[in-house]
Amino acid sequence: MTRRENASLLIKGGHLIDPAAKINAPMDILLREGRVAEVALPNKIRGSADEKFDARGLIVAPGFIDLHVHLREPGQGYKETIASGTTAAAAGGFTSVCTMPNTAPVVDTPEWVAWLRSPERGAVVNVFPIAAATRGSRGGTLTDFSALQRAGTVAVTDDGKPILDDDVMRMALRLGAELNLPVVQHAEDTRLTENCSMHSGPTSFRLGLRAMPAAAEAGIVDRDVTLAQQIRESRLHVAHLSTADALKSVRRGKRAKARVTCEVTPHHFTLIDENVGEYDTNFKMNPPLRSATDREAIVVALSDGTVDAIATDHAPHAAHEKQVEFERAAFGITGLETALALAITKLHRDHKIPLARIVELFTAGPARVFDLPGRGSLARGSFADVTIFDPKKRWTFEAAKSRSLSHNTPFDGWQFVGKVAATIVGGKIVYRAD
Amino acid sequence: MNTPARGSLLGIEHLDAKEILGLLKLARRMNPLKARPLLRGKRIVLLFYEASTRTRSSFEFAAKALGAITTLVQSSGSSIEKGESVLDTGYTLRAVGADCIVMRHPSAGAPHLMARHLDIPIINAGDGMHEHPSQALLDAFTILKHKKSFQGLQATIIGDILHSRVARSACHLLTKFGVKLTLCGPPEFVPDVAATLAPGLRVTRHLEDALRGTDVIMLLRVQKERLAGQKIRLQDYIARYQMTNARLKLAKRDAVVMHPGPIIRGLELTAEVADGPQSVIVDEVHNGVPTRMAILARALGKAK
Repeated sequence: MTRRENASLLIKGGHLIDPAAKINAPMDILLREGRVAEVALPNKIRGSADEKFDARGLIVAPGFIDLHVHLREPGQGYKETIASGTTAAAAGGFTSVCTMPNTAPVVDTPEWVAWLRSPERGAVVNVFPIAAATRGSRGGTLTDFSALQRAGTVAVTDDGKPILDDDVMRMALRLGAELNLPVVQHAEDTRLTENCSMHSGPTSFRLGLRAMPAAAEAGIVDRDVTLAQQIRESRLHVAHLSTADALKSVRRGKRAKARVTCEVTPHHFTLIDENVGEYDTNFKMNPPLRSATDREAIVVALSDGTVDAIATDHAPHAAHEKQVEFERAAFGITGLETALALAITKLHRDHKIPLARIVELFTAGPARVFDLPGRGSLARGSFADVTIFDPKKRWTFEAAKSRSLSHNTPFDGWQFVGKVAATIVGGKIVYRAD
Repeated sequence: MNTPARGSLLGIEHLDAKEILGLLKLARRMNPLKARPLLRGKRIVLLFYEASTRTRSSFEFAAKALGAITTLVQSSGSSIEKGESVLDTGYTLRAVGADCIVMRHPSAGAPHLMARHLDIPIINAGDGMHEHPSQALLDAFTILKHKKSFQGLQATIIGDILHSRVARSACHLLTKFGVKLTLCGPPEFVPDVAATLAPGLRVTRHLEDALRGTDVIMLLRVQKERLAGQKIRLQDYIARYQMTNARLKLAKRDAVVMHPGPIIRGLELTAEVADGPQSVIVDEVHNGVPTRMAILARALGKAK
């Protein structure tokens, strides 16, 4: 094993897209000792490598980073484990994942952060924990941001729940500003969404389901952006943004040069509330699938730079938590293995967003959001994390073959264009398509 | 996930006019007083997660009039109390030999869940705020007893449409036959989005506007706690929307007054209207049995 990690790998014949380094051209790449040793025009790298990867016809990109996954450990290993979740991540082209703290117990101490990063978890890609912003994510007392940061947390959040109280959010942003630590907000005014299970609109009315108004998200984002503008150097990241109105607030913050970022999930740029059909719980997540107008606004924002990253919000649940009444079903769907395919199929082919922009949303964008040095680019000296994909490959996703422990996906049987060919973490191939 | 078993009745929305007319025709041939052992030996489970008087008893009489065996399973006094899931309850009932499940549940879509996983017909006897298809059918049956046909009819539904499964099913059914349908109530009960439910629906806040020229008036029960939840004063609601004899005069002279029950006299309607000559409220309950006989006969493939 040790010998292999020190080995060198030459990726030859591929087309490199590295938005951070402003490269979009045929390039060969030499990885050595876990780092990028050389990037050069085709056939210009001299010397031998222990291993070669033939990337002809493929796109070579910096390793993808997912800012938002639920790997369910500690405590809910029946849904997913770090080992199974990162295996799914590797199959989806992700070399780094940021794990959400709403586990059992909540990750709100440095000890749990260290536990998540321990080699004993069996992660096959890099795991960057995000810790709870308040103790037990109860929204009251802030956690020890400084100690959590020293233990390796890259951001704080109460994801799954919002930080609702104005004063608590203000304090979190202030403390985050001192430590240069982003505060990630699950923007949902839960006073407007009690017992609700989908987006409020004609479909929820037809199905007779209590429903979440778009304003429940937009109102919180608006408040948070205002706070971020007021608190110097604070860093606000809006998780899984889903509404047109919330985008307006993010744009306002960005124009005012506040450090406001946001992510969007593949399901929100692909699906709308109507797709819930006749109470299909694989279409139930929070935030819910929104209106066609919201989806259009999201696609525009992905294209024009308002959105910083595509994040999956991979949320595995056991079958028995989904095969129940719609209102009782758990929120969330898996997403690691379908994200790139959805981005290429929907954003690139249907909406003509350039591949380079899509790669940016998976690499340089997320690396900037959480300040992950040496990630998100293949500039010389960077970590040897590489995602290689075939942008033209047609394939059918089968949920039953997913590497995740759970199969709660709305995309079972979907035909896609664009497939991961190989995933390399620290110079080592952790996934290779058959 | 499978498609529902043949004969299932989950809602009105996805039925076509021909299927509805078929059911109504069959209902007219059903006589609750003259036993017809079409379903002799068939086992029908009445699975009720929610309280019910009319629906439950009329499904039971309907099943028995056709010679079927029925058993009632309720949330209290069964394994549901012990936390058994809807599907596990369904699998259990199937295993003990149920041929058909009539199901009422407080959660919208619960019968659809059952129907996707069981190979026997599932009859929706009311799911949350979603649909109540047998009620819509018996209402259609009742309307056709008093009106020649749906052609050219105008109907009005007044009250808490947002929370009403009866209203949703009625909207789907009546609009499929081209009935001009108006929904009336305060925005808290009749949000503008209600007009998107079916083609040709109209929403108005004014009772006078809703009643003018109408042939059918359907009232809905108003739950006091819902009024309080929406911060509507009871007296204001009564002042604006209660059906009185004076207001009834705005409708066509031969308009019928309907209500799915239970009625609250003095709230959504006065006692005079409830007991008046234009009221067909008791008739509706009466028609529940033959209509549900037709539904069960169709469910178990004996629709002859």
